[in-house]
Amino acid sequence: MPGSSSKALWATLPAGMLFGFGLAWSTMIRPDIVLGFLRLHDMGLLLVMGGGAGVAMLSFQLAPRLMKKPVLEAQFEERKSAAMSQTIIGSAIFGVGWGLCGVCPGPALAGLGAGEWPLAWVLLGLFLGAWLHGLLAPVEN
Amino acid sequence: MTAISTLFPYGWFHYLAGGVLIGLGIGVLFVLTGKVGGISTAFSAWCSWWDRHPHFQQARYLTSRSWRLVYALGLILGAALFTFTLGHGRIPEIRLPVWQLFLGGLIGGYGARLGNGCTSGHGICGLGNLSLPSLVAVLTFLATAIFTALLVHALGGA
Repeated sequence: MPGSSSKALWATLPAGMLFGFGLAWSTMIRPDIVLGFLRLHDMGLLLVMGGGAGVAMLSFQLAPRLMKKPVLEAQFEERKSAAMSQTIIGSAIFGVGWGLCGVCPGPALAGLGAGEWPLAWVLLGLFLGAWLHGLLAPVEN
Repeated sequence: MTAISTLFPYGWFHYLAGGVLIGLGIGVLFVLTGKVGGISTAFSAWCSWWDRHPHFQQARYLTSRSWRLVYALGLILGAALFTFTLGHGRIPEIRLPVWQLFLGGLIGGYGARLGNGCTSGHGICGLGNLSLPSLVAVLTFLATAIFTALLVHALGGA
């Protein structure tokens, strides 16, 4: 990996652990809670997303201004967007899947750690869905 | 207080606290490594280990599949840590039928990759980046997810 040290590789572990701990604490790993939000019984998911995006915003906006580079790597990466039409069509399809099973990709992984074994079916589906997308997608660059 | 208990019948603190920790995880990842920590790209990146199809052999997958695996391991360990500490060892029960779990994952996985992001990539990283396409993505998937969940419920499903 160009410019990637094993220190940087393993630094992703505690970052992922904070993420997974937060997902479990916020009960987003429970399909019944997420489906309850989607059926408008409880607005908790908005607090989770708002709290998460707010804290993430602080780091995305401040870190590149206060630091020349990240602590363990050469540069800050930028999130690239797909074309707007693809973003809309893909997101619409993603929502249908999310509304069916009540977990999205992060909680599907984290839920396994909490002992929710049936979520392995979601993970298998996610894998096959991503694979299918790759097989059908035009090859970039 | 009535408004709060109507909007949040299960309480609000754990939602906000969990959300802040999720944001902290993504923030720590960015400050330490400069990486933007959405989840769904990982599933395509991992395909590169066993499928030689040119889509999966792109540099952005080859260079990120390892850290995405360690990051995913972190998610699993973090949720396990919660379960055995604040969670008092209680394992949430999943009452959904297998077809709904599998089909939801399949459709969600395809859509997230086509739309270049899921709830973490668009919802937390994208909104945190003040990205307009991500705001459009979030509003779109919230709308179709709410519609789907209400429809399944109306048809008598779980």
